[in-house]
Amino acid sequence: MSMQDDMAVRVEDVWKSFDHGRIEVLKGVSLNVTKGEIVALCGTSGCGKSTLLNVISGLEDVDRGLIRVAGQDVVDEKTRIELLRHRIGYVFQFHHLMPDLTLAENCLVPVIAAGGGKAEGLARMQELAVATGVAHRLKQPVRELSGGERQRGALVRALMNDPDLLLCDEPTGALDESNREKVFELLLELVRSRGRTLVLATHDPELARRCDRTVRMRDGRMEGEGI
Amino acid sequence: MVFTNLRRHRVRTAIGAVGIALGVATMLSVVGLLGGAVKMFERILRSDAEMVVFEKNVSDLFFSNVEVTVADELEKQPFVKEAQPVLFSIITAPGRPVITCFGIRATDGRLKKGEWLQGEAASFKDDGEGVVLGERAADFLNAKAGSSIELGQGTYPVAGVVRMENGFENGGVFMPLAACQKAFHKEGVCSVITVALAEGHESGEVKTWMMKTHERLTALENEEFSRSYSQFKIMKTTAWVVGGCAFLLGGLSVTNTMILSVFGRIKELAIARVCGFSRGQVARMIFGESLLVAAIGTGMGWALSVAGLYALREVPQLQGYIDPQIGSTELIGALGLAIFTGLGGALYPAWYAAKLKPAEALRFE
Ligand SMILES: Nc1ncnc2c1ncn2[C@@H]1O[C@H](COP(=O)(O)OP(=O)(O)OP(=O)(O)O)[C@@H](O)[C@H]1O
Ligand SMILES: [Mg+2]
Repeated sequence: MSMQDDMAVRVEDVWKSFDHGRIEVLKGVSLNVTKGEIVALCGTSGCGKSTLLNVISGLEDVDRGLIRVAGQDVVDEKTRIELLRHRIGYVFQFHHLMPDLTLAENCLVPVIAAGGGKAEGLARMQELAVATGVAHRLKQPVRELSGGERQRGALVRALMNDPDLLLCDEPTGALDESNREKVFELLLELVRSRGRTLVLATHDPELARRCDRTVRMRDGRMEGEGI
Repeated sequence: MVFTNLRRHRVRTAIGAVGIALGVATMLSVVGLLGGAVKMFERILRSDAEMVVFEKNVSDLFFSNVEVTVADELEKQPFVKEAQPVLFSIITAPGRPVITCFGIRATDGRLKKGEWLQGEAASFKDDGEGVVLGERAADFLNAKAGSSIELGQGTYPVAGVVRMENGFENGGVFMPLAACQKAFHKEGVCSVITVALAEGHESGEVKTWMMKTHERLTALENEEFSRSYSQFKIMKTTAWVVGGCAFLLGGLSVTNTMILSVFGRIKELAIARVCGFSRGQVARMIFGESLLVAAIGTGMGWALSVAGLYALREVPQLQGYIDPQIGSTELIGALGLAIFTGLGGALYPAWYAAKLKPAEALRFE
């Protein structure tokens, strides 16, 4: 029990297919991530990284196998929503902010979803926005922001409800080199300073090297550790 | 969230709301107009009386036949203050196929209530042929006191012109009862008898007496009559059905708006789910937006119909016929339908939004 409680993410022999089993994507994947660990998930395009992150967060069902996040089995809708509201933050390759809303409105969406207090939400947003350097952009509609600013904004949103686990799917994949470096540095810094857990899907070996651990996937299976 | 979404798509929201508004306006106008007509007709019957006597089981008062002698018998009863026979009919005049004709006695109070523009009350005689025209009837028949007009098969001298408050009466012809009976071959009968009760007496006494002495007839209080008279029922039902249909068309516009809103936002809804929105929260959001659109539409429609009815009332041809009757019942009815269409219109979009798979929706950039 205590072993399991130390585990931020536990994935055990997970199978996932699409199109009624015709497209097999995850073929018996297992992965353990301890609390506070920063894990890079590498592998060629199409090997199933995004799908793995989706099943961990409960955005996708699994066909078979076990997913446990923060000691809770991800089995029913209620658990999933609770996890998404309080335990998991998600950052995608594309910011996925709502372009017509201001950055501040976007960042408050998770607070509204979780039924959190507005004052606390605003305070936390301010703090995170300062930390990520987008405080001066909060009142602007997202469509007016630069790519780097959007991705930082997405990071703020993911951290609004102070999740234990951050899932990032190529969070810097759509950024130019200088922005990529800055945003990634910021991400590591935010996660490390708060002692949070991070699972990061990336193609970039350079970024992977800077994580605590790297796991490699190939064609729906774990291939091993290291780059 | 709800407000922001609606604010973001002002045109779409406006179109949805306008759809509902037109539906509400149509409904309230139709209900208001027909309701007003019914009220007006009721008032013709009332004319200082509390009860009305007519033939049992007739579908239309024009077909009711009551012996005038019953009125005389009634007047002898201690519980009756006054009983007035009225014969309703439709008569034609050159260029005017339909004019309402009221066959009444000179003692009937209704003419005294009008404002005599020409001639005087005394010139309307039970045994004469002289007719009195409502102001508007005089206008379209081009007649004035002292001239004579063709009505049906006969020619009648015009005894006077009165301005009546009630549209039906103002556009109608008042004939001495006897002359009217003769013109329509209804000697000795009338359509209804209006009964005013003597002080301290109750309607039950009239009913009992009627049941004992004239089985063929029935006596109802005005209230009862309005509720049970099938013509009124038909008119009111028609109003609500026609209005309701208009409303449902408006409702479709809400559905349309909401479907566009959901389909155009699939990605955003998926993001909301990733941020922790439950299916229920997403559905509630869609329902909320829809209700808001419907509510805005209802408000607009109400304003529109009130303005429209007041404008119609000013049209000379309709003078007196229109009495905008948008009471609280109509408004509550419209609001109820708005909520209904708002919810109904959002049913499919909300279901669609709730069953959305966030991971799939986000795969496409
Ligand atoms: N909803 C779906 N329906 C059908 N096939 C899918 C679905 N989602 C993923 N796949 C397939 O599963 C495979 C793995 O996809 P996934 O997005 O997990 O790969 P990935 O490792 O993240 O790739 P990349 O590095 O390019 O992002 C792909 O071949 C993809 O076409
Ligand atoms: Mg991917």
